[in-house]
Amino acid sequence: MATLATIFCPEGGHFALALACALAFMQGILPLIGLRRAESPLITLARPLALSQCLALLFAWACLIIASLGDDFSLKLIAETSAINKPWAYKIAGLWGNHEGSLLLWVTLLSLWCAGLALLPAPTTARPEALPPRLRARILALLGLVGAGFSLFCLTASNPFLRLWPVPADGMGMNPLLQDPGLAVHPPLLYSGYVGFAVPFAFAISALLEGKADALWARYMRPWVISAWALLTLGITLGSWWSYSVLGWGGYWFWDPVENAALIPWLTGTALLHSVLVVEKRSLLQGWCLLLAIATFAFSLSGTFLVRSGILNSVHAFANDPARGLFILGLLGLYGGGSLLLFAIRAPALPSPQTGFSPLSREGALLLNNILLCTLCAVVLTGTLYPPFMQLLFGRTLSVGKPFFDATTIPLTLPLLAIMGVSVALPWRQARTDKLLPRLAPALLVTAGNILPAFWLFPTPLAAFSALLALWVISAALCDLILRLRSLPVGDRKLHHLPRSLWAASLAHIGVGVTILGLCGMAGSQERLIEARPGTHTTLTGRDWELTALTAHHGPNYEAVEAHLTIRHHNAHGPILATLTPEIRLFPQQGQRTLHVAILHRPLEDLYAALGSVKEEHDPQGQSHYTAILRLHENPLASWIWLGGIIMALGSGLHLLPARRRLLRMKRQVQA
Amino acid sequence: MTLTRRHLLAALPALGAAGLGVGFVRMLHGLNQGHFDPRAINTPLTGRPVPDFPALPPLSDTPSSPPGLTRGDFQNIKQPILLFIWASWCLPCVEEIPFIRHLATSLAIPQSSHTAPLALWGLCYKDHPTQAAHWLEQAGHPFTRLGMDREGQAAIDWGVTGVPETFLIMPDPQTGGRIVWHGTGSLTDTLYQAHIHPQLETVP
Repeated sequence: MATLATIFCPEGGHFALALACALAFMQGILPLIGLRRAESPLITLARPLALSQCLALLFAWACLIIASLGDDFSLKLIAETSAINKPWAYKIAGLWGNHEGSLLLWVTLLSLWCAGLALLPAPTTARPEALPPRLRARILALLGLVGAGFSLFCLTASNPFLRLWPVPADGMGMNPLLQDPGLAVHPPLLYSGYVGFAVPFAFAISALLEGKADALWARYMRPWVISAWALLTLGITLGSWWSYSVLGWGGYWFWDPVENAALIPWLTGTALLHSVLVVEKRSLLQGWCLLLAIATFAFSLSGTFLVRSGILNSVHAFANDPARGLFILGLLGLYGGGSLLLFAIRAPALPSPQTGFSPLSREGALLLNNILLCTLCAVVLTGTLYPPFMQLLFGRTLSVGKPFFDATTIPLTLPLLAIMGVSVALPWRQARTDKLLPRLAPALLVTAGNILPAFWLFPTPLAAFSALLALWVISAALCDLILRLRSLPVGDRKLHHLPRSLWAASLAHIGVGVTILGLCGMAGSQERLIEARPGTHTTLTGRDWELTALTAHHGPNYEAVEAHLTIRHHNAHGPILATLTPEIRLFPQQGQRTLHVAILHRPLEDLYAALGSVKEEHDPQGQSHYTAILRLHENPLASWIWLGGIIMALGSGLHLLPARRRLLRMKRQVQA
Repeated sequence: MTLTRRHLLAALPALGAAGLGVGFVRMLHGLNQGHFDPRAINTPLTGRPVPDFPALPPLSDTPSSPPGLTRGDFQNIKQPILLFIWASWCLPCVEEIPFIRHLATSLAIPQSSHTAPLALWGLCYKDHPTQAAHWLEQAGHPFTRLGMDREGQAAIDWGVTGVPETFLIMPDPQTGGRIVWHGTGSLTDTLYQAHIHPQLETVP
C-alpha cells in the first residue's frame, strides 16, 4: 500500500496534469503542421498523443482518488470538501463536486472523447464509412487545442493538487445536500454531454478550414452529435429527478440559471441533430448546421463556466479570484469568439444551395423544427441573461421566473409537437398530399378519439391540449414504425430488421411525447402543507393520509427524525394503499439539515411526502407533544417526465449500434 | 470581394457574441470591484422611507377580503404598521401562524395606554390564492390590508431575500412611512418583545 501511495502521490498527479497539458499542446499543433506540409509522420502522431494525454489525466485522477480515500488533508481541495467520517463513495464522488475537481473532470472527459476517436478502427474495404485518417488527425488536433487551453487553466488558476500548510486534523466536510447517489453520477453524465459537443464543434471548424461541408462530412459527424446529445439528455433528466426527489420542493424544473445553462445547449443540440440530417440527405443548410455546431459548444462552455463565474448565480463563487474569471472569459472569447469569427469569414464562401425547399417535405419540416427550437433557445437565453444585463445597463434588479418562461416557451413547444407528428410521415424532396393523409390517418384517429378523455382527465384546457399533441407525437411515431414494417418483404417482417436510424428517431420522439404527458400530468398536482400531531388525518384527492408516529434515530454522521404516514383509499377506514416515511437529518458538523423525501412511484401518479420540521410543545400538565409540519403531494404522471428522458437518450443511442447489414457481413466472415 | 447579404448574415453571430462578451467582461470587472452583484436586492436599510412598489391587488374582490396594498397607503398612516411578507408554501411561515394568530388576538383587545395601537398588514409573496386563503383561515384573518404579489416584483423593491420577513413601519408625514425595524425568518414572541415592543413605547 505504501508503494502504491508513493507512485500515486499528489505530486505525481500534479506532474501528470502538467504532462497532459504539454501533450495536449503537441496534439493540437503537430498534426496541423503535418497536414499543412503533407508530412505523414506528424499526422500519425495525433492518435498516440491523444491516447497518452488521456492516460496522463487518468493517472492524475488515480492520484487524487487515492489521496482522498487516504484522507490526505494536506491537499487543499480535500481539506475543504472532505472529512474523515464521510462515506468512502462520497470521498470519490465529492472530488467533482467543487470547482477544481469539476474542471479536471471536464478536461479528462474531453481526453476520453479524443481517445474514443483515436481508438476507432481506420476505414477498410469492409468499413468504408469509418473516419478517414486525415480528417481524424485534424479533428483530434482541434480537440487538442481546446483541451490545451483548459488544462492550462486547470494547471495555473484552478489546480486541484495545491497543498495546504499547516495540515488540518480533519477536513471541513461536504455539503450534506450533495451526499446523494444521484448527484454523484449527475456531473459526469452532464459533463460528458457538454464536452461531447466539442467533437461536432471540431468537425465544424475543420469544415470551415477546408471550405466544404458536404454530405459525407455530415455522415461522419452524425454519430458524435447523437452520442453527445444522448448523454446531455440523460444528464439533464437525472438533474431534474434529483431536484424533485432530493430538494423536497415538489418541483422538477425551476428555471434556475444553472438549469437553463444545460437546457440552452440541449435545444441547439437538438436542432443540430436534425439539421445534420438535412445536410446529409439533401446537401442543404450547411452554413446553418455549422453555426449550430459552433453555438452548441459555445453554449456548453458558457454553461459550465459562466454560471460558475458568479455573473448569473454565485453559488459556486470563484470570480472573487480575478485571475480565474478573466482566464475563463479569455478562453470563451478564444474558442467561442474565434470560431464565430472564422465562421463570419469562411461561411459566405460555402457553396449555396441550387435547389429550393418545398415546405411540404421532410427537409421543410426539419427547417421549421430548427426555427422553432432556435427561437425557444433565444427565449430561454433572453430570460436568463436579462436580469444581469438590466442591472449592468440600467442598475435595476429584477427577477425573471416561471411566469415568463411558461408564457413564452409553451406557445413555441406546441407547434413543435404538431410538426413532429407530421414530419415522420413526410418524404424527402416533395410530399404528395394524397399519399400523406392515409399515412397520418391512424395517428389522427387515435388523437381525435382521445379529445374527450383528455379534457376530462387533465386539469386545464392547456394541459389537455398539450397532452393530445403528445399523444399525436407518440401515435405518429408508432404508426410510422408499423407502416415501415409492413413495407418490408413478407418473409423479413421482423421488428429488428427495421433500420436502426428509424428505431432511434421513433424512440426519441416517443420519449418526447412521454415527457410532455408527464409535464401535463404534473400540471394537476395537488399539494398540502399541514401541521400535524400523531393521529392526525388529512384528506387529499379522495385519500386519507394519517400521521401515525414520529420516531428518532441516529445515522453515522447525522441525527434523524422520521414521520410515519399511512395512506388509505377513500377514508380513514379504507384499505391501506401505502406507508411513507419522510425524514429530516441534522448534520451537526455543518449545522445543516436535509430533507429526505418519501416518494411512492406508481404508474399513474407519485405520492410524495416531505417532513419540514418537528416542534416540541409542553402542555400545562408538563407533558410534551410533538407537532410535525408536513408537505403532502399527489403528482399525476410524475415519473413519466424522467421515463421519457431515458427513452429519448437510450432510444437515440440505438443509432450507434452497428447496422444490421454490417452485422450480417461480420457473421458471414466468421462462418467463412 | 464584395460585401453581400451572406457576409452580413454570417457576421451577425460573431457580433452578438462580441456584445455579450463585452457585457460579461464589464460584469466580471464590477464583481471584482464590488459594485456589481447579480444577487443584490435593493436592501432597504432601517431608517429609510418605505420604497416605491407596484400596487398590489387584494386576495379577492369580496367585501370580506382585506383591501390590497399600495405605496400610497403608507402616506397617511396614523399608527405603526407591522408588515408581514409571507407565503403559504413556506414552512417557517406556517410555523409562524400561531404567533401571528396570538398577536392579532391580543391587538384586538384594547391596549394599555402607553403603547401605540399596532396594525398588521400582509404582503403575500408568489402564492396561489386558494392556498393563501387557507393560510389566512388558519391564522385567523390577522391582516387589515393584504397585497398579493403574484410576480414577486414588490418583494424585490422591498429587498426581501426570502419569506418570511417582517418590517416595522412608523408614521412619517414627510416621507410617507419610515422603516424602523426589519427582521428575517419567523417572528417569535421573544423577537417581538425584544425589538418591536420597545419601538412602540417611543411613539407618542
